Amino acid sequence: MDIDFTLRTEYHAELERVRASRKVLKELTFTPSLPERGYNGRTLHVDVGTLAVAEKPVTAQMKDVFVGGRGFGLWYLWNAVKPTTRWNDPENEIIISPGPVSGITQYSGTGKSLVVSLSPQTGIPIDSNVGGYFGPFLKFSGFDALELQGKAEDEVILFIDGQKGVMRFERIEGCPEDSHVLAEVLTALYAEDDADRVNVSVVSSGAAARNSLIGMLNFSWFDQRRGCIRLKQAGRGGIGTVFRDKKILAVVCRGPRIKPDLNHVADKEVLAQTAIKYHMEIRNNDPHQCMMRRNGTAHIVEIMDAYDLLPVHNFQYGSHPDTNRIDSAYWQQRCTQRTSDGCWYGCSMACAKGADGLVLKTGPYKGHMVTVDGPEYENAAGLGSNCGVFDPDYLLELNFYCDTYGICTITWGTLCAFVMECYQRGILNLERTGGLELTWGNAEADLEMMHQLARGEGFGLIAGQGVHGMKRIFAERGWGDPALLQDIGMEVKGLEYSQYMSKESLAQQGGYALTNKGPQHDEAWLIFMDMVNKQLPTFEDKAEALYYFPLFRTWFGLNGFCKLPWNDVVPSDNGTTSEPAKVPEHVQNYVDVFNATTGMKIDKDELIHQSAKVYNFQRVFNIRMGKGLRQHDVPPYRSVGPVSREEYESRAERYDKQMREEIGVDPEGKSLEEKMAITREFRMNRYFKLMDSVYQRRGWTPDGVPTQARLKELGLDVFPEVVEVVKAHGG
Amino acid sequence: MRQLRIDLTKCNYGKDCAHECESACATRVFKLDDPALAALHIRDHGDGTGTTILCDQCGDCVVVCPAEALKRNKLGVVMINKSLCVGCYMCVGFCEKEAFERNPDWAEPYKCTSCGICVKACPHAALEIVDVPEPAYRII
Repeated sequence: MDIDFTLRTEYHAELERVRASRKVLKELTFTPSLPERGYNGRTLHVDVGTLAVAEKPVTAQMKDVFVGGRGFGLWYLWNAVKPTTRWNDPENEIIISPGPVSGITQYSGTGKSLVVSLSPQTGIPIDSNVGGYFGPFLKFSGFDALELQGKAEDEVILFIDGQKGVMRFERIEGCPEDSHVLAEVLTALYAEDDADRVNVSVVSSGAAARNSLIGMLNFSWFDQRRGCIRLKQAGRGGIGTVFRDKKILAVVCRGPRIKPDLNHVADKEVLAQTAIKYHMEIRNNDPHQCMMRRNGTAHIVEIMDAYDLLPVHNFQYGSHPDTNRIDSAYWQQRCTQRTSDGCWYGCSMACAKGADGLVLKTGPYKGHMVTVDGPEYENAAGLGSNCGVFDPDYLLELNFYCDTYGICTITWGTLCAFVMECYQRGILNLERTGGLELTWGNAEADLEMMHQLARGEGFGLIAGQGVHGMKRIFAERGWGDPALLQDIGMEVKGLEYSQYMSKESLAQQGGYALTNKGPQHDEAWLIFMDMVNKQLPTFEDKAEALYYFPLFRTWFGLNGFCKLPWNDVVPSDNGTTSEPAKVPEHVQNYVDVFNATTGMKIDKDELIHQSAKVYNFQRVFNIRMGKGLRQHDVPPYRSVGPVSREEYESRAERYDKQMREEIGVDPEGKSLEEKMAITREFRMNRYFKLMDSVYQRRGWTPDGVPTQARLKELGLDVFPEVVEVVKAHGG
Repeated sequence: MRQLRIDLTKCNYGKDCAHECESACATRVFKLDDPALAALHIRDHGDGTGTTILCDQCGDCVVVCPAEALKRNKLGVVMINKSLCVGCYMCVGFCEKEAFERNPDWAEPYKCTSCGICVKACPHAALEIVDVPEPAYRII
């Protein structure tokens, strides 16, 4: 697609006004440093309420038990909060930590940061991984993590200059709030000159985050080719809401010019060999396996549709005749190709795709031409098929406004689908939505609901409470049957489902509901190996997968790895290995990259052991905060089986067959209601049986509490307060 | 070292000159008359000025290539050894001049090799090949 980039709307007219309005509240100096073997050995604590700044040492225990990234985040958060702390208390923190491997340029997908906070949606710790340049810049400025605590009186910007060793708190009167403008302006403001813009990254949220529980954080990077900033998102759980509640407008880091080996790794040779082998594999295999380099993650759209797993109309159905309008063949020509896409240097996978030349049709930026990322699979499925939106331009516009307003696209997709189903079933109507006709596929109403949220008005404010909040509000107002709302409201622990239709995958049902933070695919994305690759045929295989893969994938978040390069492109002979689902060669790559970076000597078993420490710590943390037991791991029935008559009928043959062959009941002569009840009982019992097996395998009690023996095995018994929580709950 | 230079005062941006230069390059490399594929681009700012996007053989990319696939030849021109290139696009991401292009077949990237074919194609004699001293080794 030919796009005239010169027509893209620029926001630099704001720059001089913003520059003139700057007021420095406080300036401090620090000594920049580069990590040795992946660690700087210090972190930064910032209280935005008092503008106090302190450096903290990274202890040997922190490295041993928590490794980095999500682990450091959980450890700092545990120490910052009490069981009574709520998300909007000043003591709640936002911790950004990249992890020891993050920032290397040799291996693919190593620029991630992990963001941890107490979630406004769930009340328990949330962790979200994000690309963009902030995390590596922070690390190469001298800090392994950043803790943001306190609450500012008025909008504050924190600027960390890792080149000059200067830190400043600033206030800018009338500063733009929405991320695509704010990050553009602040990048230009804090860069020394045009060439320096690649060294600046901005963390920000947006107007809707201020008015909702579902806000997210944008991490920017400067796209040199396009001459504009682009954004990656720490989306889940409402961390952007915490950010805006703390009255933080932005955190900006100016790092040193990136070059190879800023991590000062222990063994450059091993790292280089491992990385080159892997780059070559992507180069040779990707064109035959998934075309991720060309199409990004959106290539999964048509696969999910073909296997009846694409969420359609609030997860009621798994495919749709219009899917071809938003599949990878379309995005291939809509996203600009032949540029150096990717959210960090040196990633061969380069799945981040830029869609240029989008002219907005609605909202405050109507008529502007913008560049928007994506869509990634989650956005195409969530904002698209799950809401019945198959117009690609509207899908991109929804994606754009979610980004710039600071809303998680996954959450918005799922909550909007819920609202649309409520509208379909008469639970909502024009009067209750304030005139929004939220029928399937009505993208304009969808967008208007989002604009309302950004403006802080109307039904948009109700939607911004998320599915969990809406279920409560609807029930309080007598809108709909609470039991039906519970069945079709796709959330667990308060977090909305990500975009896989799990009804036919028992493994994915557990992969969603048995997670620590809530139903998010980055912990256990088992649907592909279960339903597409058929790698988990037995019940035992599924239970074992729900032990191994959440731990394996947790490890990415400890170190700053992206999860995608693990199993999207695989070695040509992977199918002949003893454990193809694990991709053994890649597991060994990760072991080698970690060892080569840190100088440690772990193997694939120690990798899992490292993760298990943090995973179980997080489970105990959840219990400490009042959510983390069996009752909190129960999914809505829509995730497990057919809720409605039409859902059953859409797959009647399949459900009848299951009744006959697996349940041992002849469906002949039974009413639809009887068949639905039998199916429901069978499927929920099967889920609870899986839950028992997984708990046992994880070393937890039948109520989901890690046992004291398991804590001892993991070395977590050295923390008396952790043991106390477990004891109090029968562990 | 051998370097391609453009005198933009002689160029009428995006019209026959630029198009011919770009097409010549693309035709030579890809056998396709498509300026978008060329290793040389002239960006018209629309105000009588423009920017040239091409490789000046500075050699920064040689340092960041993890596979040692980029090397200077005896004329000082930075060349890509296709058999060594692993397609990681580090050179694409790091090049401040945006000189590298992603290959349509998604294999190794490509860039200007100062071959000079555009010099002959340019009707306004805006292009020339010059010999200049090799820059000092720069750590990036």
